[in-house]
Amino acid sequence: MAQIFHRSTNTISRLSIFGGIFLVAGLIGLFAVLDRSSYNTGVGVVLAQPIPFSHDHHTAALGISCVYCHTSVEDSAFAGIPPTATCMNCHNLIWNQSPMLAAVRESYRTGEPIRWTRVHDLPDYVYFNHGIHVAKGIGCESCHGRVDLMPLIMKTESLQMEWCLDCHRQPESRVRPLSEIYTMGWRPEHADQGTRLIAEHDINSKVSCSTCHR
Amino acid sequence: MRTDRIETVPLGSRQAGRAGAAATAGRRLRIAPVALLIGVVPWLVGCRQDMHDQPRYEPLEASSFFDNGAASRPLIEGTVARGHLGEDVGFETGLDENGAVVADFPMAVDLVLLERGRNRYDVFCSPCHDRLGNGRGMIVRRGYKQPTSFHDPRLVEARPGYFVNVMTNGFGQMSSYAPQLKPADRWAVAAYIQALQLSRRVPADLLSGEDRAWLAGEPTEVPQPESDDGGHS
Repeated sequence: MAQIFHRSTNTISRLSIFGGIFLVAGLIGLFAVLDRSSYNTGVGVVLAQPIPFSHDHHTAALGISCVYCHTSVEDSAFAGIPPTATCMNCHNLIWNQSPMLAAVRESYRTGEPIRWTRVHDLPDYVYFNHGIHVAKGIGCESCHGRVDLMPLIMKTESLQMEWCLDCHRQPESRVRPLSEIYTMGWRPEHADQGTRLIAEHDINSKVSCSTCHR
Repeated sequence: MRTDRIETVPLGSRQAGRAGAAATAGRRLRIAPVALLIGVVPWLVGCRQDMHDQPRYEPLEASSFFDNGAASRPLIEGTVARGHLGEDVGFETGLDENGAVVADFPMAVDLVLLERGRNRYDVFCSPCHDRLGNGRGMIVRRGYKQPTSFHDPRLVEARPGYFVNVMTNGFGQMSSYAPQLKPADRWAVAAYIQALQLSRRVPADLLSGEDRAWLAGEPTEVPQPESDDGGHS
């Protein structure tokens, strides 16, 4: 029986084996890049909100603490989105005619909640608790970025599992003194401060599956 | 007979003369789309977010079930959480059963309480009352009604229960801060307010030797008192 392929096709076949490796590697690489891209993670993307609330103005310019609005961050899994009444603590007198805040006044009058678009949303199969992170010395900034520089809120971290593990494997890279939790732009005072704080705060960072997937 | 998997690699001359080579080449062409189907389609179908967004509500999530569109229901009036009955009216509100201001702290006033009070005061009170208690906080400077300074003689004379009551029920333009401050925290803040008041009227002979030396203007190594943005009023 005659040969089906001519000898010259050997080159093509060898090339295709060789090229196939790059094709597969390229596809895997492409997936890895796309998976981490802001198209997938939403990092740096400003989502439409019913009111253009500026964290920059309220925290950096006015000096209001994160906890003033996110009251349950210290002792609850959920940091808390303030009720409209919290806005009205100031906005009953300040900017109380502003058309920008019409939705706030409307909500306060009717009891109808303001429908914010959630920005930091972990998958439902992840257990996360704000309280323990705050209690052990992880600042807001480590996960939420420089909120004081954001006129409109956005994600600065992917919130992907590799990102969680990055810190859980070496918490000394992020841990800060308890007095600096809400500080923006904090830097360690000296190199081994993190290691010392680990002992001081009794941090036993867990990386087992069931820590978060419970 | 060799398996299909191996045959997908065409080796040209080495396969020459093998029986059925032509037949397997034809089969190979049929395998490709099937393999593609098996390999790729599950990926596309698998791109659903059911596990990300499971059929349960997160706190404050939107819901089409309730009229106001929120899954989290407001508390029914009179709801008491376990352990929060609040039988001790004086502790909860700063006013006792007869409406009289509670004159004394229901707990020991120590450094821990004062530190907690400062922490809560700086978060919830300082935007208007300023960190120094002079009522010239940033929100006031931006146009809010100025509250009475804590160093006003009337407030210096006030008993701690008075401040707790204002925090609980609000006063004038000030809203109630009961949702933000638990009763114990209100007493801590009241203690800190009294510490702020004392800071401006402490008799010099109660100070430590170092502080007195600093007062007298002698050059020492005493750290300067923390100056604050609103400290010039």
